[in-house]
Amino acid sequence: MAMATREAYGKALVELGAKNKNVVVLDADLSKSTKTADFQKVYPDRFFNMGISEQDMMVTAAGLATCGKIPFASTFAIFATGRAYEQVRNSIGYPHLNVKIAATHAGITVGEDGATHQSIEDISLMRGIPGMVVINPADAEETRQAIFAAAEHYGPVYIRLGRMAVPDIHDQNYKFELGKGEVIREGKDVAIIATGIMVAIAIEAADKLKEEGIEATVVNIHTIKPIDKDLIVEVAKKTGKVITAEEHNIIGGLGSAVAEVLSEEYPVKIKRIGIKDQFGQSGSPKELLKYYGLTAEGIVKNSKAILKIS
Amino acid sequence: MISEAAHGHPGGSLSCVDILTTLYFDKMNVKPDNPKWEDRDRIVLSKGHAAPALYATLAKKGYFSEKILSTLDKLGSILQGHPDMKSTPGLDMTTGSLGQGLSAANGMALAGKLDKKGYRVYVILGDGELQEGQIWEAAMTAAHYKLDNLTAILDFNGLQIDGPNREVKNIEPVNEKFKAFGWHVIEIDGHDFDQIDKAIEEAKATKGKPTLIIAHTIKGKGVSFMENQVGWHGSAPNEEQRQKAIQELEGSGV
Repeated sequence: MAMATREAYGKALVELGAKNKNVVVLDADLSKSTKTADFQKVYPDRFFNMGISEQDMMVTAAGLATCGKIPFASTFAIFATGRAYEQVRNSIGYPHLNVKIAATHAGITVGEDGATHQSIEDISLMRGIPGMVVINPADAEETRQAIFAAAEHYGPVYIRLGRMAVPDIHDQNYKFELGKGEVIREGKDVAIIATGIMVAIAIEAADKLKEEGIEATVVNIHTIKPIDKDLIVEVAKKTGKVITAEEHNIIGGLGSAVAEVLSEEYPVKIKRIGIKDQFGQSGSPKELLKYYGLTAEGIVKNSKAILKIS
Repeated sequence: MISEAAHGHPGGSLSCVDILTTLYFDKMNVKPDNPKWEDRDRIVLSKGHAAPALYATLAKKGYFSEKILSTLDKLGSILQGHPDMKSTPGLDMTTGSLGQGLSAANGMALAGKLDKKGYRVYVILGDGELQEGQIWEAAMTAAHYKLDNLTAILDFNGLQIDGPNREVKNIEPVNEKFKAFGWHVIEIDGHDFDQIDKAIEEAKATKGKPTLIIAHTIKGKGVSFMENQVGWHGSAPNEEQRQKAIQELEGSGV
């Protein structure tokens, strides 16, 4: 099965809405794309369309949160974190209000809409706000559980979701734990630390590496902040070589976060796979992933490079 | 307070203090001994730089000791340079970055409607901040959701940091603009307690739409050398000026 994390978000919201009456949802005229329309259908009274005004939406969500509501505010990642950055920072982050920013269409896999709509800086922007939790789920089940975990956690949470369908990695037996990474494969040669849609691609890369006799550890870092330092240090100690993979600029995202941890705690050689400090462009999601090297082949190539195998 | 901190915004604080006084001592249903009481009326000081006026009002109302007022802006104080709801008892929202308060007030008013609560939400806007686009996004939201439990009060002193609004970037006609956005609009003298009182009652009685009270005020009101002086937007008085100001304010019974 394959499902976009935004689809899973829409379904999770409906489920959450039934369990928690304080959950309210706001959208900025993209409810059919962000899938908050699913919630609107079932709970029209608790859904607020704010029109195309993301700044107003974020601070309205803040106001609702001061009255005990648990607002989920949704739009595309570029607008949630870019257009409304200072509103998120000053009216949600600084007062540490219980607002959940669930942003879809993150990264280059937005595809055809091109660079204006492809957010490659959002993790960096949200990670820099004190007290903000940053989650980037890898598949449908992880999204579902992350949405519930976000609602349970008091305080601002940024949840990064995608447009494109991604393969299922987890089933219902999976237990999502906020702030804890997940070891998906164990291998002694290299650790591939991935987030979001890159987790499935990292697993594919590990399979290819195995065929060539290279054993890779694959770690899923769904919570980029607070990051699971212990696990990152543990896999660095075990393998001595770390690759990071994210659908985000290599500046400020997962790669930076992992480099911060390891340079302080246990310096090892790191290679960061991501968008190399450039803007995206129009194209199909698959073409774009290939063009920017966010593929299993790209991870294999970088793994060999870090292992100095040609 | 501002002179002790050697920092602050006396002009815009003095222009809205009569409004704050009316709200806290006559109109608002609040419990200073239980600042987070969920049925309380709420206030958002969107022009967060007038924090000293709000802090003084909250202290007078009994949210905290008046002695604390002298700690304004000092390291570790519960009275931050701009309102921080996490630090100060009685603050309903963190503000300071202009243009955001109306949206926050809308959120509170929406929550009140959703929960079928009778509380009212007040928001104090500055004139200069009407230049922020978000104000108009929020003005549209309040009208769209028929937030008649929300009253916005514009502290219209006509002056902003770089000069008179009409020279910096004209905001007029404010009345017609808000009417066109679907609001009920009332214009008053913002230093006439009787007019403030009546306008707030009229807002309460207005159904199906939000109300804007345009309160024509004087920046630096009550202190002769500060009145209508742009220079007193963001500067603190020295000791001599402080004493003169206090003398004048006390003499006028404020």
